[in-house]
Amino acid sequence: MLERAATIDETITSEEVASSAGTLLPLEVNDLTLVIGGKRLVDTIELTLAARSFTMVMGPNGAGKSLLLRLLHGLLQPTAGSIHWGGKELSKEIRQRQAMVFQRPVLLRRSVAANIDFVLRLKDGATADRRDEILEHVGLIDHAKQPARLLSGGEQQRLALARALVLEPEVLFLDEPTASLDPASVLMIEQIVRAAHLGGTKIIFITHDPGQAKRLGDDIVFLHRGRLSEHSPASRFFTNPSSAAASAYLEGRIVL
Amino acid sequence: MQDFGGAVALALQLILSGDANLIEIILLSLQVSLTAMLIACLIGLPLGALLATSRFPGHGAVLVVVNALMGLPPVVVGLLVYLHLSRAGPLGWLGLLYTPTAMIIAQTILITPIITALSRQVLEDLHNEYAEQFRSLCVPKHTMVGALIWDGRYGLLTVALAGFGRAVAEVGAVIVVGGNIDHLTRMMTTAIALETSKGDLALALALGVVLLIIALGVNALVMGLRMTAQRYAYA
Repeated sequence: MLERAATIDETITSEEVASSAGTLLPLEVNDLTLVIGGKRLVDTIELTLAARSFTMVMGPNGAGKSLLLRLLHGLLQPTAGSIHWGGKELSKEIRQRQAMVFQRPVLLRRSVAANIDFVLRLKDGATADRRDEILEHVGLIDHAKQPARLLSGGEQQRLALARALVLEPEVLFLDEPTASLDPASVLMIEQIVRAAHLGGTKIIFITHDPGQAKRLGDDIVFLHRGRLSEHSPASRFFTNPSSAAASAYLEGRIVL
Repeated sequence: MQDFGGAVALALQLILSGDANLIEIILLSLQVSLTAMLIACLIGLPLGALLATSRFPGHGAVLVVVNALMGLPPVVVGLLVYLHLSRAGPLGWLGLLYTPTAMIIAQTILITPIITALSRQVLEDLHNEYAEQFRSLCVPKHTMVGALIWDGRYGLLTVALAGFGRAVAEVGAVIVVGGNIDHLTRMMTTAIALETSKGDLALALALGVVLLIIALGVNALVMGLRMTAQRYAYA
């Protein structure tokens, strides 16, 4: 699996991926607002993601990162504003071309293989070849018959990732998929996600880890108190952030 | 106490010798209660799944009613079924009163709310866990309900056994609609009531022992299912 990711890395550059036209892109977010219990948790966000880049979403706890991802994927309905993917309003058809991996993997109480079969049946029908291929890709083929909930934390997250990738999504949302994982598991997840990106999938990835954002990200979306503080290329974000909140965050000062 | 000791000895003798009358009563009890449990599951599980996965106006009120019906007094259920099945009742033409079918109907009515309410709880807990992932995957409603029932199978089996336990141990409903007729509608619980009132403690005790064994067996089965579920991390 890791060798395969490295091979892809050498043959396709990030620029080539970014220039490929995606039917779900651009993503255009206008005046996006979510109010719950009188609190503006997501506040008038304006955002355009035109390229099939690897987008990292950063910000302190409570900034609205997870809520933004859920709004973009249609798991939450905004109080105001609009979301358009490829010029079209977010719909079930668009959502079916996306996938999401949550911070805490939600696995069915079945075997590893049955977790993959479940989503394959939703799409085209389960085939052993397709299932084994994706399990091989994420390094879980030897665990195929094992109950999914007996896997380690890193393995469970890789299974959740495999379940998302087997749908061949055009957009993949990841909500802190490597939080509380050991370095080896983080590396494996990063390589799988990078391979998916190089294969043409638009990635929107939440992280608190600046090192991870530097390693993976083409562009950074920085949120603070539900607002978009900054959206800039990763190289500029880490060397010369334009917002005071991002500067404070990167310097390790607490941002509330 | 001497009479009691003699009755216990006679009861054990009846059980060990496989007394035909005793076996007949036990088999009828199991047949009626297992059938009632199966029918109640066919009705209660989909209803529980519907309540667990849907929100509609009056949902809370329906939950309150279903939960309240878990405490239905068996004799009241027996009386209602009796009124419907008696010759003057709306279903009197079916001629079901004082038959095992009437007892199955009464027990089904008695335990369906139990199956519904408990299965709703099992499935709702699971649904809360899966809901966001299923929404993300755009899982159709019928697939979602099927997945919840399959993944909650151990919990639901426990629910079914709880329903069976309630059915096999109740006396009020079946004595009203069954009539406790020898070789036709005599169940373990109704026979115990009758034999006790007659002073024939041996048969009553023998049936009581069998009931206790069944209760222990059901509980052992429930515990076994839970342990199996935990062992395979499905719980």
